[in-house]
Amino acid sequence: MADVMELNYTVSNEDFTRAGEASSDVKKKLKQLGVSPDAIRKVAIALYEGEINMIIHAYGGKIKVTISEDAITLILADKGPGIADVEKAMQAGYSTAPDKVRSLGFGAGMGLPNMKKNSDEMDIKTELGVGTTVTMVIRF
Amino acid sequence: MKVNEISSFEEFTLLSDAKDTEITGVFCCDLLSVAMGKAPSGSAWVTVMANVNTLAVASLTDVACIILAEGVTFEASLIEKARDEGISVFKTDLPVFDAALLINNNL
Repeated sequence: MADVMELNYTVSNEDFTRAGEASSDVKKKLKQLGVSPDAIRKVAIALYEGEINMIIHAYGGKIKVTISEDAITLILADKGPGIADVEKAMQAGYSTAPDKVRSLGFGAGMGLPNMKKNSDEMDIKTELGVGTTVTMVIRF
Repeated sequence: MKVNEISSFEEFTLLSDAKDTEITGVFCCDLLSVAMGKAPSGSAWVTVMANVNTLAVASLTDVACIILAEGVTFEASLIEKARDEGISVFKTDLPVFDAALLINNNL
């Protein structure tokens, strides 16, 4: 798998039924490429949590996935409200999700911590009223 | 125990297709974000959370099957989706703990 593969996805606003489309697709592609199950699981979890976050908080957004020989880079960009306190948002259990989302089994304040835990590098760039871009790298 | 052997217990009803996969353990959780991070691949996942995201989490974590406890069930479109995605789903009237215990005692 010497070639670099680039994949792009759009996450639509408030559509929980389609959450996970990007992560399942990336998971399939990585399987075909023969990436280890451990790495695939990390990518799937990190990306799915990202998708859910974009749906809950940011009116959807765009995902760019770059697969190289030894790593995958996930860039999740949205034009949502931004994260007021990144440090707090990174704490397990801290959540600003509405009740509607909690009744679906999300909103437990595990999203960003799960993303961090499952990626080798994670960077959050956010500006209030402008949007958030989360970049994650997972090495194979 | 394999997934398709769960059908032999009268307490469990198969909703989609049962795979011939070995169950490696049992995992109980209703918070999808926690299940997402913690459900071991190959485990039987017991939950009362029955929405489309339950299927997504099952698929992404590679659990062996979903067991819907407490009489909870999927609507028809989700059973169809589970079939399409090759996810084995059972339902039971047992509480979460009893369902998990029964499977665990027969692993």
